This record gives sequence, C-alpha cells and structure tokens, in this order.
Amino acid sequence: MTAEPLPAQDPAHLGGETGATKRMANIGILIESGAEGIKETNFGVITAARRKSGGNLFAFIIDGDAAAAKAVLETYGVRKVVGVTAPAPDIQARPELQAAALAAAVTHFEITGLLGVASPKGRDLLARVAASLDAPLVQDCLKVDMDEGTVTKSHFSGRTTATLRLKGSPWVCSLRPNSVEPVPAPAAATAENFQAQTVDPGRVCVKDVKKSGTGATDLAEANIILTGGRAIGSSENYQMLRECAEVLGAAVGASRAAVDAGYAPHSMQVGQTGKTVSPKLYIACGVSGAVQHFAGMKTSKVIVAINNDKDAPIFGKSDYGILGDMFEVVPALTEALRKRRQPK
Amino acid sequence: MRIYVCVKHVPDTAARITVVGGTGFAETCKFIVNPYDEYAVEEAARLSRKDGGGEVIVVTVGKEAAVASLRAALALGPQRGILVKTDAQFLDSRTTGLALKKAIERDGAPDLILTGKQSVDSEGMQTPYRLAQALGMPVVSDVVKLTVEGRRALVEREVDGGGREVLEVGLPCVIGATRGLNEPHYPKLPEIMQAKKKEIKVIPMAELGLSGDEGCTEIVQLAATPERGQARMLEGSAREKVEQLVGLLEQENVL
Repeated sequence: MTAEPLPAQDPAHLGGETGATKRMANIGILIESGAEGIKETNFGVITAARRKSGGNLFAFIIDGDAAAAKAVLETYGVRKVVGVTAPAPDIQARPELQAAALAAAVTHFEITGLLGVASPKGRDLLARVAASLDAPLVQDCLKVDMDEGTVTKSHFSGRTTATLRLKGSPWVCSLRPNSVEPVPAPAAATAENFQAQTVDPGRVCVKDVKKSGTGATDLAEANIILTGGRAIGSSENYQMLRECAEVLGAAVGASRAAVDAGYAPHSMQVGQTGKTVSPKLYIACGVSGAVQHFAGMKTSKVIVAINNDKDAPIFGKSDYGILGDMFEVVPALTEALRKRRQPK
Repeated sequence: MRIYVCVKHVPDTAARITVVGGTGFAETCKFIVNPYDEYAVEEAARLSRKDGGGEVIVVTVGKEAAVASLRAALALGPQRGILVKTDAQFLDSRTTGLALKKAIERDGAPDLILTGKQSVDSEGMQTPYRLAQALGMPVVSDVVKLTVEGRRALVEREVDGGGREVLEVGLPCVIGATRGLNEPHYPKLPEIMQAKKKEIKVIPMAELGLSGDEGCTEIVQLAATPERGQARMLEGSAREKVEQLVGLLEQENVL
C-alpha cells in the first residue's frame, strides 16, 4: 500500500524551531477502544493534538475497523483514520506485535509526534513503541504545548510540576485521562488499513483477562469520583456511596487507609500507590487528606471534602468543605441530586 | 537463578520539596528506596529463597548518597550491590536504562530483572521498557503477581476497571513491579547489620562509556504545584449544606 505524498516534515523538536510551525506536521493518535467502542478519553487527546499549528492528524486503531471509526473521529478533527494490523490472527494477545505494528505505521506515515491516553494499555503500548524507536517519551502528561515543543507533568507525587522538552523526532507522549477538555472541530477524514510486515518476537503473550466483575465505571476515566476513606467503617457501607454515585454517573474510589483496613480492594485505591485520577469533580467522604492521597487526585477540577473532623487536613486543600457526618451528608446529597434530576 | 533488581534513591513521598535554581531541588530532605522498587527487591529475595540458589544483586544509578538505598535494599535479602555513580540530579530514563544495562552486562548474565514500574520522583514510567530494549529482553510492567516456572514466567498486570491480564513471558525478562505484588517486610536488626557488611561495587558512569548526555528529554522548568487554599465551608443543616453544594457545583458546570 502507498501513503499519500506528505508535506515537508518538522525538524527535530516537538513543535520545532523558527519557521517550522508553518510546515505540516503529521501527528498520530493511538486510539483506545473499550467494550463500548472508542473511549471518550481519546477525544481530549485529539483536542490536545489539534493545537499544533498546521498539524495533520492521523488516528491509529490497532486491529480495529477504521471505516466504522471515521465518523466519530472526524468530529474532532482527525484527517486520516488508519486501521493498523499485522499478519497474525491474535494481535490483541500480543503486546509486542501491537507495538511493532504501531511503530511501523509511525515510520510509514512519517509521524513526528505520537500521542495517546495514559491508561494501563496506552502507557504500555506507547512505552514499547518509544523504546523500540529509541524515541523520547513522557508519560502521564498534564499539558502538551505542541508549538513550544514542551509538555508538563507531575514530579514528586504532584508536589512539583515539571516542564520537559522532548528532543528528537518522532516523540511520544501519553496524556492523563481528562486532563484536556474535549472540544469538537469537524473535519473530513479518510479511512484506510495498514498492514505492518512485522513478525511477533513471540516473547510476551496474553493468556487470559480477568474482569473485575464489578462492571463499575473505570476510576481513571470517570468524570466524577466519590471516594470513601477509613471513616466508612466497613465494605458494606460503600453501598451508600454507590447509590450516590449511580445518581451522579460517578465511579467509587477508596483511600489507602480504607484499602489497608480491608474495606475496599486495591483496584479502587486513589493516591500515591493506587490510581491517579483527574476528574471534573472529586468528592472525598471521610478522607483525612494525606499528601499521598492528594498525589493521586490533586489535578481534579473541583474537590469537595466531607468530614466530621474540622481539623482534617483535607479541608485545607479543597474547594468546598462540609463539616458533618458522612452517613448523614451523603444520603442527603443523593436525595438532593435525585430531586434535581426530576423534571420540574 | 541470578536476579538483578534495579532501585532508585528518591525523596520520601511525604517530604517537602524545595525547588532550587528553577530545574532542581534541595537534597536536604529524607530519602528512601523508591517504594515500587521495594516490591521488586522483596519479590527477588523471596524468589531466590524459594529457588534455593543463585544470587540477587541490587543495582542503582545515582549519587554517592544512593548507597543508603542500596543498604536498605540489601537488608531485605540481596547479596550485594552496584552503584553506577553520577553527579546528575535528574537522568532521563533513556540514560538510566543504558547505564543499568551496561552495569548488569558487565556483572553477569541475568535470568530475571526486577524493578519498580515507576519512580516516585520523576514518575517516568518507562525505565523497565528502556532497559529491556537495551538488553534485547521482553518486558511486562505494572505487575501484581509473578510466578516463575523454569524458563518462563506467568505474570498478572492490572488493566482498566480493576481487571487483570494474565501474561506468559519468556526468561530472561524485565518485570516492572507495582503495589499488590507483595508486602515488603520490615528488616530485622540482624538483617540491617548484615547489610552493612555486604559488598557494594561503585562504578563511575564514565567508566561505562556514558557521558550523561544520552537523554532524550530535558527539564526546562521545575516549579511547586500551586496548592488549593482552604475549602469554602458550607453552613447550615446537612440538608442545607448539600443543597448549597449542588447549586455551587451546577455553577461550576461539573455535574
């Protein structure tokens, strides 16, 4: 297969030096799909990628249907949707083959920058691609300045923010889910398939996928998160949070103290050694607010703290505080939210 | 089995970080073994005991002060340590991967390499991959369970929505550990005393043919993240408070 003739490439740096911004840059986006198709978190990444002046946006879907994805992706400004495959029937079970095929597509389409979502899958695949291309990589970026050629990300558990320059082309970066608000910008896209002539080294193979069984909204991608701290007192009491979360369309998280006490599984943990989240709204119930907890949620847009201890450190670093018993406040909140939903 | 464990000497997660000179930080705070690397050390020590033979070697790239983290790691069971010495405060993951590769290759042939999935200081999340690529080995990161059977390993890694992927990977390989893999034990006094006597080899980075300019990213600015201030405390009964809250969240456009 042949690619379209491509305009002159950007030089070494991620936005480029003087004059480079006038030239076309081919920016690639690794699209992640879930059970319900293309995940919403991709749209923020596309929006961030679009900020490159004169950027030509490519969307790469591994082992997916490019034609079917075209309609939704062009709404956000993608110009070319590429279904990436390799001559192997079980590419989904072979992370090394996926990475090799994606790396081949990056080279084939002369991509100067590759972006994706900093999800477990996105981070893994992008790290494999960057390592194999010996390309610069920054994971879990909070901001990408396409024209300046820099990205920002957390250092020291969010205590500091580092601005990094990626030296070399192509460069790779993953963006923290929800860190960029998705904004549509309709464009007309074409769709095609690219079969990479790569062979799987066959060293890593997925044997099984164990689902969590909860079917709950994934924490890292949720727009709203309700977290229960140690004060929740038992795993059964999370039901109260789940009821409220259902009305909000929220995911339910836990603090490390609650996980250590055995009230919630580690997969629900938000913080330093758990998930890093960046929702629009974070409601912390009975969470004291240790720095390690903040490390995992401080980039949330709005933080609400509900706690019965007026001296809880969380009140010192939140937007809104409710001093009170969570077992009284949360049900009241659920009720108020239900009322709000009822047509007047 | 010969197992190498790569660790990093990092500021304590609870330490206050003071930015110095716009791109660095004051090293006056308390330092610890990177917590994710601690899972790797504990796992290596357990595997080695089960294996009943071989050796566990801890490797780090850092300043002279990183010896403290090597000693702390050695107290968990490994036999000896290697420090690749540099004066740089930040090395990017490409340089670190190359330095670890050269130090390991010079020392011996690994059956398994364990490290943390990320450091808690620069949060690069890619050293396992860089190291594996440099050594031509397969890699799996975010690992919460590891079983070695002969020349292959069965691993579980956390994926979206609390699910787990079960993967098979051939040895030798690089494993990136995360929380859940094990619970590192508190070393007993005799273990700490023994660790003080264990051999630590120091190799200047230049001796490995690295200048420190191998990086492909560069810090142009390091700044304290602005903290949110005191929360606006809502008043009234529980019901009044939540009604105010819902109104405010509607205004903020986050509901």
